[in-house]
Amino acid sequence: MKFIHKYGSPKRFYALAGRLVPWFAGITAILLVSGLYLGLYWAPPDYQQGDAYRIMFIHVPNAWMSMMAYTVMAVYAAIGYIWNIRLADILAKVTAPLGASFTLTALVTGSIWGEPMWGTWWVWDARLTSELILFFLYIGYMALQASIDDDRRAAHASAILAIVGVVNIPIIHYSVYWWHTLHQSASISLTSQPKIYATMLIPLVVMSLAFTFFYFTMLCVRARTEILWRERHTDWVRKLLEAKS
Amino acid sequence: MSYGMFAAMRAVFSRELLVFWRRSTEIMTALVFFIMVTTLFPLAIGPERHELMLVAPGVLWVGALLATTLSLNHLFASDYQDGSLEQLLMSPYPLSALVLSKIAAHWVLTGLPLALLSPLLAIQMALPMKAVGTLVGSLLLGTPILSLIGAVPAALTLGVRGGGVLVSLLVLPLYTPVLIFGAEAVAASAGQGFASVAHLSLLGAFLALALSFAPWASSAALRVSLD
Repeated sequence: MKFIHKYGSPKRFYALAGRLVPWFAGITAILLVSGLYLGLYWAPPDYQQGDAYRIMFIHVPNAWMSMMAYTVMAVYAAIGYIWNIRLADILAKVTAPLGASFTLTALVTGSIWGEPMWGTWWVWDARLTSELILFFLYIGYMALQASIDDDRRAAHASAILAIVGVVNIPIIHYSVYWWHTLHQSASISLTSQPKIYATMLIPLVVMSLAFTFFYFTMLCVRARTEILWRERHTDWVRKLLEAKS
Repeated sequence: MSYGMFAAMRAVFSRELLVFWRRSTEIMTALVFFIMVTTLFPLAIGPERHELMLVAPGVLWVGALLATTLSLNHLFASDYQDGSLEQLLMSPYPLSALVLSKIAAHWVLTGLPLALLSPLLAIQMALPMKAVGTLVGSLLLGTPILSLIGAVPAALTLGVRGGGVLVSLLVLPLYTPVLIFGAEAVAASAGQGFASVAHLSLLGAFLALALSFAPWASSAALRVSLD
């Protein structure tokens, strides 16, 4: 609790995040380069999909991150709503666009992967469909944030939406899966994937960590910007700007 | 005290019915919208009975979904404008109970007529007779869920720029499970899949979940909006 009070103030967090950004960015760069090397060069081609499967090393981490980011966003939002912690409101707000971009990347790479596998850019596959609905949920959250001018009301209103969303996500997810199994079409399905081998798993794990650290980096960068904007009338920001200029 | 709460809930319910009855055009718009949307589909697809029958469950359910979404604006907006919503917040009874009776009144005036009207549209869409019962049943189970879930975004967007379109944007992703199982139940009893009982039971489960969760969430949302 002491820790929260110390770094829960936007001013303290601004300084802390500023110190963390280079570290997070460095770790992201190392993981991304080694993950790409392992994924594109070291891992053997798949016996069925050839080299086309390698887009998985981008697609799967992004899909994971898209769901993780929504959960994390809802947790931040709930903390901000329940205990009235402004920093949590800020973190929830800046997570939304990041999560939406993870979702969009997962959708685009999924559709690019689908082209050689299914022979078409879009298939109403269960996973792609639930990613699409997740994307709509992010859009709704961001639209609600943007349309309320008062920061506190915007944070609390969107917090309720995020909590309702996070309760609904498992229901939506399993509904879509059920819907898909009922309408199993003749097209090739990837639902019965063979077991993944270590040579493919290691790059996948490295890439997932890379995207996780990318999220941390961007979270700090975006939260710093948001803090500066919200605290633009306070003394410490004015002093900061004077020191810079 | 608990007697007082039920009396208050009943009072809110009958007031809602009366207010809506005085402004009956608002109820009619949602119903007429439902009829018009389903009429547009045969015009777009063609009058082929077999093709219509294939898309009928989906079309009827999407129509019901959109009609409910349109009517969500009436749930709190006029009470918000004339200030009676604030009176509701100041009452000594639990807000979620009062919100629940508002939602119930909303359903009686939108979901229920929609379900009762649907057999007529089912004939229009060439849905087999054996599926009409399931259609009415699934709408009777499904539309209360739509009113319950919809109350949360409706409360959140009170007095917000572009509230009307925003409500649809927020609520439609949350409606997808109801749409899936509602339309699937109708399609199943029209002879395109498995038995419809499973889908109807799941709709019932969703209804129980929404009934216990939504009034609480929407009263929290009202408190934020009227803060």
